[in-house]
Amino acid sequence: MVIDQTKMQSLSARLVQDEVKGRSPWADARKRFFRNKAAMFGLTILVLVTLFAALGGQFAAWSGEELDFSVMGRVAELGAPSLANGHYFGTDNLGRDLFARVVQGTQISLMVGIVGAAIAVIVGTLYGATAGYVGGRTDQIMMRAVDILMSIPYMFVLILLLVMFGRSMSMLFLGIGLISWLDMSRIVRGQTLSLKNREFIEAARATGVSSFRIIIRHIVPNLLGVVAVYATLLVPLMILTESFISFLGLGVQEPLTSWGALISEGAGTMNYGTLWQLAFPLFFFVITLFGFFFVGDGLRDALDPKER
Amino acid sequence: MFAFILRRLAVAVPTLLLLIVFSFVLMSLAPGGPFTGERALPPAVLANLEAQYGLNDPLWLQIWNYLVSIVVHFDFGPSFVYPDRTVNQLIAAGFPVTLTYGGLAFVAAVVVGVALGVAAAIWHNTWLDYLAVGISIGAQVLPNFVMAPLLVLVFTLWYRVLPGGGWSFNDPSFWIMPVIALSTSYMASIARITRSSMLEVLGSNHIRTARAKGMPESRVIIRHALKPAMLPVISYLGPVFVSMITGSVVIDIYFSTGGIGKAFVDSALNRDYAVMMGVTILIGTLTILFNLLVDVLYAWIDPKIRY
Repeated sequence: MVIDQTKMQSLSARLVQDEVKGRSPWADARKRFFRNKAAMFGLTILVLVTLFAALGGQFAAWSGEELDFSVMGRVAELGAPSLANGHYFGTDNLGRDLFARVVQGTQISLMVGIVGAAIAVIVGTLYGATAGYVGGRTDQIMMRAVDILMSIPYMFVLILLLVMFGRSMSMLFLGIGLISWLDMSRIVRGQTLSLKNREFIEAARATGVSSFRIIIRHIVPNLLGVVAVYATLLVPLMILTESFISFLGLGVQEPLTSWGALISEGAGTMNYGTLWQLAFPLFFFVITLFGFFFVGDGLRDALDPKER
Repeated sequence: MFAFILRRLAVAVPTLLLLIVFSFVLMSLAPGGPFTGERALPPAVLANLEAQYGLNDPLWLQIWNYLVSIVVHFDFGPSFVYPDRTVNQLIAAGFPVTLTYGGLAFVAAVVVGVALGVAAAIWHNTWLDYLAVGISIGAQVLPNFVMAPLLVLVFTLWYRVLPGGGWSFNDPSFWIMPVIALSTSYMASIARITRSSMLEVLGSNHIRTARAKGMPESRVIIRHALKPAMLPVISYLGPVFVSMITGSVVIDIYFSTGGIGKAFVDSALNRDYAVMMGVTILIGTLTILFNLLVDVLYAWIDPKIRY
């Protein structure tokens, strides 16, 4: 029997090589995510919107606060979007440049969304993980408190807070942060309950690691998948909440603006024939929400393939 | 079942009391009273006003009086800004309107959403399914404050078929846009939830058995699939109810329908704390009662739930 020398050599070379790299669940998830067309589309939108918010100001010919006196009073005829006079998105009813204002509104809305979600992630994760890990009566009391807070019509309480303590950005963040973590804490608690009886936690406990350290070092890192998915889906909800309040005129105050405030302005003036004042903020609002929903759904599908 | 309802009430009542006390304490902590305006009132007038509204009493007494008047007399006291009107009058003026279009919107969202979801699940992976999924994804980004201007733009400004605002109990054309604007995004969510839970139920063993027995498909769906598939939808009704009440604020402002949302935002802008608290407490009560109802409904449909 003739043995093919070259084949044997390649085999031995293969055997000497390192082990074939296994694919971790994360690599699998990443691959699934990048193959998901809707999620990639959403991600592209989000990157573009973020770039618009970050760099759009560089391209604005006007600042959002100066009034264009040549347009003022005749906004319907002269304020339409045009490249010639530098109002790429037209002007608002006072003759302010809508492009600059949309850039600013985008910055604020994105910031509210991300900060709101960040508060939810930090508070909700710690709260839920603590309740789930400690268990027993503590858990019952903590979760009952969440139940009670959830059955309160939070938008009204939030507006109550904003009115009584002044309508500032920090109050808005605080108010949104107060309610945003409730759902997160429930999800995290459920996940923690299923984690806490696993061997590695038992091992940590046996070696005398403190409860706090176990929660921070061993439980929380294992929750990241769920938390990441939920946080992505929370950002648009926070944006919706803020826009809702600003639409009512109770949120962000002039000269600052946000998508909700801009949509409200545009909706108020559309019967003067200045449709662009509604169209541009609405466009950014809608595509960003789509982007976040697509990315969030894509992440969930990627991390939880059995759901498909 | 009775014990279950009692136990739920035992949680609901303290929640409500907590809400009342919380908003009252919040009010007393807020900088500036209801009578601090741009023009300072003479001290004597201010003292008289505060005495009239009972603002000089110690906090616990104020809270106690407030609680007693709400619980015993169902009286939210006088408005701080309109001295001749009580909070009850302001709420009573707006509540029927909110209830009418809110109730219609709720029914519309549930009926259309469930129908759409069930149809999408039955004809899974056909054009109907894709259409339903497409609609529900699209409607997800169309909250009430986006739908309202878009509807007015199309039906009032372009086609001139519907009134762009106002309210009349006798003329349903005033109702159409508020109902659509309020219900669209929840209809979409309900459709999505129904579709996925219906798909899951249709793939389960008891449905296969029913089909194997030769039961007609329509009967399989109505008798055996619909009931278990409704459970996730029912647990979603509580949040929908809250969001719709919240959304009614936008509807009242945008369509000038004159519901309680109008009273709420006006009082927010006027710092009329009495009205704000009255509306918040009323809505809190409704929310808690509705959640109770949903829980009972849930326990009734699914006997596996322990109470």
